[in-house]
Amino acid sequence: MTVLEEPRVTRSTGAVSLRGITKRFGDGPNVLEDVTLDVAEGEFLCLLGASGCGKSTLLNLVAGLDQPTAGAVHVPGGRAALMFQEPALLPWLTAGQNVELALRLRGVAKGARKARANELLELVRLRGAGGKRVHELSGGMRQRVAMARALAQDSHVLLMDEPFAALDAITRDVLHEELVRLRESQQLTVLFVTHNVREAVRLGDRVVLMSSRPGRVAKQYPVDIAHPRRIESPEVAKLSVDITEDLRTEIRRHGAH
Amino acid sequence: MSILDRRGNPNGGNDDLASLEAGLDALETRLDAGPSRPRKLISATWPPLLAIALLLLIWELTYRSGVKPAYALPSPADVGLVVRDWLGDGTLLGAMGTSLARGGLGFLAALAIGTPLGILIARVRPVRRGIGPLVSGLQSLPSVAWVPAAIIFFGIGNTAIFAVVLLGATPSIANGMVSGIDQIPPLYQRVGKVLGARGLASARHVLLPAALPGYVGGLRQGWAFSWRSLMAAELIVNSPELGQGLGQLLDVGRSQNDMSWVFAGILGILVVGIAVELCVFAPLERRVLRRRGLLIART
Repeated sequence: MTVLEEPRVTRSTGAVSLRGITKRFGDGPNVLEDVTLDVAEGEFLCLLGASGCGKSTLLNLVAGLDQPTAGAVHVPGGRAALMFQEPALLPWLTAGQNVELALRLRGVAKGARKARANELLELVRLRGAGGKRVHELSGGMRQRVAMARALAQDSHVLLMDEPFAALDAITRDVLHEELVRLRESQQLTVLFVTHNVREAVRLGDRVVLMSSRPGRVAKQYPVDIAHPRRIESPEVAKLSVDITEDLRTEIRRHGAH
Repeated sequence: MSILDRRGNPNGGNDDLASLEAGLDALETRLDAGPSRPRKLISATWPPLLAIALLLLIWELTYRSGVKPAYALPSPADVGLVVRDWLGDGTLLGAMGTSLARGGLGFLAALAIGTPLGILIARVRPVRRGIGPLVSGLQSLPSVAWVPAAIIFFGIGNTAIFAVVLLGATPSIANGMVSGIDQIPPLYQRVGKVLGARGLASARHVLLPAALPGYVGGLRQGWAFSWRSLMAAELIVNSPELGQGLGQLLDVGRSQNDMSWVFAGILGILVVGIAVELCVFAPLERRVLRRRGLLIART
């Protein structure tokens, strides 16, 4: 894809801009079809959808791990950081070394790495856990180390692929709060993929509902609920009920034929 | 610019969340204190000692029952006397040293060839298709089969012995590397990519460390093959100019029809094999697995 193919007028100043993205693998059906989406600087956008809506494919495209079949992906800030459902820490390194590796691969000088890694671990409140091996940490702690590692990439855009799906409800609730706090203090732009409606409403400034097979933008919902929010609050519940209704309508369409 | 001061204080008055998190972390961190070191040592030592004692007992009883004449089945004491003589005049330690030096050198050469070969087979598709099956097939070829070829090619001498050790051990080490790389969870490679690791950096920081457990397994097997190949070669490649290794020592016993001598020789070979395993490879493997939390505590 060259710059020429990208129409100048559609270029936005947002943190992530997707223009008419279509993606298929080989000769298969379209996984994503004509997805156009803008994420504003500092926005927390939740992508919601059932299986097969191409949420993870979309994140891979934004992360630059894959190329769209058609359309243009634009991330003005450069490479975006990506977090997976699994913490995906490298088990032969300590928590601190995992963070340091991200710094090292970014070209941070040797002397500065250790201090910076400690700073980042402190940011996710894991001061003193830097010397621990991955298997010595709980699931929630691992995911926080993964957060610190993502922050070490020094990208203001954070892509998250169902990062809390494998955690228990108590830990997930705490990490929601942690993420909202980090996003605030680090002024992050977050693109968060989930299939949990309440999670999307609890966290997002905007929720985008995707249809499945092919994945398209079905509907968008601004979330005008003041922070601090709680996942069990009536406002969150109310909007979740509406979105769930629409999500079910989307899913039913697939059973109809 | 420090990360902390993009927008001030990292805690931002979130003390409630901080204490909540600290509580969760404390609850979810496993506290496991294993048995103390001396206890572990005792529980690890007595079973093999008991097994050896039982084995000696059975041997002695069989000897006394007289099913075989003493020249075919000597008593443990007869073999012990030979070992004592060898220890006294330095024969045993000398032979062990000679064999260990040959085996070690051959193993290191196999390491130097097998490691890059394994990486090539694992990472370059035409190489894998071309010689992958050959290299795994070679692993099942008994290395004694190389001895006649090595003698004809190099003549009776140390070169022939090294050639056999090298041919015996290299396929195992290469295969260990291949299976180590093949077993890397795809997630690690994706993480490397996301963090920006390319080419050599990716090999150094992700590929090779991730392949280490399989590779160490290959090294262990590579040593076993080195040692076996060496003994096969030493039994056959024999001349007065060559230093006397354990295999050659054993062969002296065969030519003199001295069963106590032969038993003592086998014992020497076995002891070196077990010692290298216990002192080098078992700790190495344990260390690699423990760091990754892959070592399951066995009782």
